[in-house]
Amino acid sequence: MANFLVCPPDHFGIQYEINPWMRLSNAVDKDASLAQWRTLTRVLEEDVGAKLERMTPVAGLPDLVFTANAGVLHNGTAIVSRFRHPERRGEEEHFARWFGEHGYRVILLDKECYFEGAGDVLGFSDTWFGGYRQRSDIKAHRVLSDVYGKEILPLELVTSRFYHLDTCFCPLSNGELLYYPAAFDSYAQATISDRVDARRRLVVPHAEAARFACNAVCVGRHVVLPSGCPETMAMLKDRGYTPHPLDLDQFLKSGGAAKCLTLALE
Amino acid sequence: MATETVTLEGHIIDSLILAKVLDTILQRSGTFTINEMHVGATREDASSAAIAVHADSPQRLEAILHAIQPHGAVVEHTADCTVEPAPKDGVLPDSFYATSHLRTQIRLNNQWLDVDAIEMDVAIRVTLDPPAARTVPMANVKAGDLIVTGRTGVRVFPLERPQERDAFAFMAADVSSERPHHPMIADVAKRMRMIRDNRQLARISGETACDPDSGDKVLFVGGPAIIHAGGREALSWLIESGFIHVLFCGNALAAHDMEASLFGTSLGYGLRAGCTVPHGHEHHLRTINRVRNAGSLKRAVESGLIRDGVIAACVRKHVDMVLAGSVRDDGPLPDVITDTRRAQTAMRAALPGVGLALLVATTLHAIATGNCLPAKVPTVCVDINPAVPTKLSDRGSFQSIGLVMDAASFLRQLAQALGWHG
Repeated sequence: MANFLVCPPDHFGIQYEINPWMRLSNAVDKDASLAQWRTLTRVLEEDVGAKLERMTPVAGLPDLVFTANAGVLHNGTAIVSRFRHPERRGEEEHFARWFGEHGYRVILLDKECYFEGAGDVLGFSDTWFGGYRQRSDIKAHRVLSDVYGKEILPLELVTSRFYHLDTCFCPLSNGELLYYPAAFDSYAQATISDRVDARRRLVVPHAEAARFACNAVCVGRHVVLPSGCPETMAMLKDRGYTPHPLDLDQFLKSGGAAKCLTLALE
Repeated sequence: MATETVTLEGHIIDSLILAKVLDTILQRSGTFTINEMHVGATREDASSAAIAVHADSPQRLEAILHAIQPHGAVVEHTADCTVEPAPKDGVLPDSFYATSHLRTQIRLNNQWLDVDAIEMDVAIRVTLDPPAARTVPMANVKAGDLIVTGRTGVRVFPLERPQERDAFAFMAADVSSERPHHPMIADVAKRMRMIRDNRQLARISGETACDPDSGDKVLFVGGPAIIHAGGREALSWLIESGFIHVLFCGNALAAHDMEASLFGTSLGYGLRAGCTVPHGHEHHLRTINRVRNAGSLKRAVESGLIRDGVIAACVRKHVDMVLAGSVRDDGPLPDVITDTRRAQTAMRAALPGVGLALLVATTLHAIATGNCLPAKVPTVCVDINPAVPTKLSDRGSFQSIGLVMDAASFLRQLAQALGWHG
């Protein structure tokens, strides 16, 4: 069974601007965000069959809801994020404590080594990919590959709208890759093409990438993604997946969607 | 040329990060040398590369480093060099850095500086305002001079293999008497012709000489065996024809060359007859005496006393001559510098711009010159005794050729390769 860490959006809101999606003037509707989050967790638990662990929300940390940025977990070891923006650094201790209390060996990176967790590390069983340049430093991927003994191919993210790897890159359970090539530089695009053959690469159109179609959660044949992405849904259905489109507009205001709101646990 | 070494580690090959870093360097008008490369054996293993980044100015280098650092290129951590004041005139701090003859830089105020006038077995003196570094022989140091100590903040550049495909590129500093000389002499001749032609072009166009890095002067260091063995005419022709621009020798080469001019003998042997001449052993003394009377080599030639030969050619062609004396010298001739330190200083002063050095039939002068030359200057050492070219080649230069052969034969073949019909 798939396990995820989530955090209720009790304190979620736009309190600062650290990516192009965030606008202080574009306030979050509290009730709507809570309703959207509850729908997400219900779909994950009831339709997808996932088990969810809920963190305790913390006042003053509006983005704690985006648990994908807690860190990376593998083989019982958690490497905790080091946020680039000071606005999110307060989250680090809460994530570290949660990992420690739940039996993980916790590794903290150097303070100058920015790393934003599973938001920037995704992959298949044999190869992982690491987004860098926008939020995570490339040197963090080097540390991860040493700690976990995994190959991690760094991919340069070139646009601030797709600031984490999980905003434009989503490996699926059967080996396909949902992604938005324009978010990457040409070297990264070539690396992706080299490692994922053309038949398995599902290119998301620009309009749907901008609706965070790639910020999807894949569990077996279920894919939970933001609504308003018909072409992506059609591609997924064509490959035998069951899409679950959800209205996550309140979280899109902050530059996050289904994937950002979850952290896959082991 | 500014250079900084960076390291790149991780899964840099399949991710094309290495390719991207190298492309970025080139796109920003830099160049690179991969000093070390380790490729991981499996996909999980990381790879690493040590890359020397070169640019034509420190500003451009800084811009390149700024562009490649986000991709994981890490500038090797280097501290400034350490310096200590010299305790007395002529005495270095105990832990002074002893130079090699390879291009060397020191780090001062976080900037790499070239050490000027590099030569082996001397120290490095630093001035702070403006920041500069230059070699200094032990005897020339003054109390309080800032001298580089230890090895921190000092880097030495390995000699690059020359691009030209000639004897200097392939001979790789080994010495053998069992090798055909002709092709090597042809390559030496080719270099000499190139240097002379460049000088002539520069003179015609009114520009200063060619690229100072490659040198525009040929240095000839010779011993008296050249005269004894019959190489005088060929050497004189090379000088008269503009192929040689600096001459280092001792008292004897000059004395026997002028003895030949005055008496037709070399150390009393008739050069044409090939036998001793009555009272011939006095000839070199009488020669030295007459030249001393003339007052200088230049006056001896210009007055018509000395009409032909090596020294006459040097005076007529304005060749820069440094004559260094020794304890066994007769006379000596005027212009012979008998103070060894002064002689070293005069030799060093004549070296800038030397692009080829021919060291022929002289042991001490050849080795003394070899010690003062930067490794990048191609040298040709010719001696009938293999020990001399071997000792020279031990300097570790790619660009040193050793020829075990008779001096006169070498000079005649060299001159013939350059158009001499003697």
